[in-house]
Amino acid sequence: MKPVRIVSGRAVPLDRSDVDTDQIIPSEWLKRIERTGFGAGLFAEWRDDPGFVLNDPDHAGATILVAGPNFGTGSSREHAVWALVDHGFSAVVSPRFGDIFRNNSTRSGLVPAEVSDADGRALLEAVSADPSLEVVVDVERRLVEAPGVGISAPFRLDDDARDRLLRGLDDIGVTSQHLADIDAYEGRRPTWLPTLRPRRQASA
Amino acid sequence: MIGPEQGLTQPGMTIVCGDSHTSTHGAFGALAFGIGTSEVEHVLATQTLPQRRPRTMAVTVGGDLAPGVSAKDVVLAVVGRLGTTGGVGHIVEYRGSAIRSLSMEGRMTVCNMSIEAGARAGMIAPDEVTFAYLEGRRYAPKGADWERAVEDWRALTTDEGARFDAEVKLEAGSIRPHVSWGTNPAQVVAIDGRVPSPDDMASPAEREAAARALAYMGLEAGTPITSIEVDTVFIGSCTNSRIEDLRAAADVLRGRRVRKGLRALVVPGSRRVKLQAEAEGLDQVFREAGFEWRESGCSMCLGMNPDQLSPGERCASTSNRNFEGRQGRGGRTHLVSPAVAAATSVAGRFATPAGLGA
Repeated sequence: MKPVRIVSGRAVPLDRSDVDTDQIIPSEWLKRIERTGFGAGLFAEWRDDPGFVLNDPDHAGATILVAGPNFGTGSSREHAVWALVDHGFSAVVSPRFGDIFRNNSTRSGLVPAEVSDADGRALLEAVSADPSLEVVVDVERRLVEAPGVGISAPFRLDDDARDRLLRGLDDIGVTSQHLADIDAYEGRRPTWLPTLRPRRQASA
Repeated sequence: MIGPEQGLTQPGMTIVCGDSHTSTHGAFGALAFGIGTSEVEHVLATQTLPQRRPRTMAVTVGGDLAPGVSAKDVVLAVVGRLGTTGGVGHIVEYRGSAIRSLSMEGRMTVCNMSIEAGARAGMIAPDEVTFAYLEGRRYAPKGADWERAVEDWRALTTDEGARFDAEVKLEAGSIRPHVSWGTNPAQVVAIDGRVPSPDDMASPAEREAAARALAYMGLEAGTPITSIEVDTVFIGSCTNSRIEDLRAAADVLRGRRVRKGLRALVVPGSRRVKLQAEAEGLDQVFREAGFEWRESGCSMCLGMNPDQLSPGERCASTSNRNFEGRQGRGGRTHLVSPAVAAATSVAGRFATPAGLGA
């Protein structure tokens, strides 16, 4: 994964709460087995509406999504993250994220910037008023800034997730450094726990 | 469905799967939660998953459930109380006499919908009901191993006087059968209630969400829930398609008919449930009432196969999510229990079994 230090660019305001992952990418897209090409299905139902904010040419090429509270709730589908990334987003700003969505985001280098309700509202309004507004998501300082309108909002992101984003670490590589500990732990597994291999049935 | 049936799901285990309803297994006192594709990859490669210690939440449902009130109604009431993100960052332990009184099937229904309140996992401490369910299942321990396992499992309870990061209490006696009216699972109301008005909501965001939900659902504030007509009834999903759910629905349908013009389908959660139901003659009850008796699977819960709603079609569904488009583009989903789903199929509008009369 590439390190992510700063995401800057224009933003799209998605002024709705409780945007679940079924809205971000509907289930009909889940039959594909690639990780790419999901951008075309992003917010599929809403994209049919010419008035939907993502269809507004003023917002074309934006890299930051500013959403209402409770973004990414529901289904664990990581396709939601892939769709956002494939569409061109590198960061999502919201006052609250679904837990699984937040975890999935950082694994694809999408920054989930969890701001306060008041800052979230201020950013939504600023970006709606001026689609050309420059927004900066700074992972190292954990700040969302819009210097043009004087917004500087701290965001929550746990230390591990921040560190992995900044260093572009591969999670499996990091864990593999502890394989000896994992083997030792597995050696202590109680005998009564089921195994993947079915117990041999008495043969006739 | 299959993990518990086969005895693969056992108390004290850690279970992850690329499905947010993995929390269902928490009914056995297992720590079980949904993960994304990259995390699945991590588990397959290393057999581990780095986690931060979550916060704890106790949801206590004290007292006794009234007749006709099911596990589904309990969890809809809980989600309604917590909201869609009230449980974020937490693992919930469900406790109290009403939870203890539930069968394993009912406990699975409750834990299943933990994610609908934002909690990745929900758990219930194992007890005699758990052990009785597990004993003799294919992958459950046998003989001396069984004795040792049960002894170990008995220790998996919360200490007396333990402190939780958050606590929520509900009185079982005040929970009535629930119906969702909106487009997220926290937008619920008792079946004898009315569609709420956006003006009743506490925050501007909730008012906005409620107004949007009413427009999508084609409902007007103040409408009595029992006057809302439905086009389709779906009984199925990992929330409510176990044998007990099918029995509850069949009990309502015996000697009754699905209302003319209404589409009704019942989809057992697993092959084993399907065979058990057929052995009990439940398939006949459903067929005679006018239900389609289908092969096991997810079906109309999430509309990945052709079982979908058309735009504007209204469905009483025993599934877990009433999101926009969840059951098909433009479809309108109302979450209910199996008994309410069955009664609704007969009445053609939301109804309880008691509301059908003799």
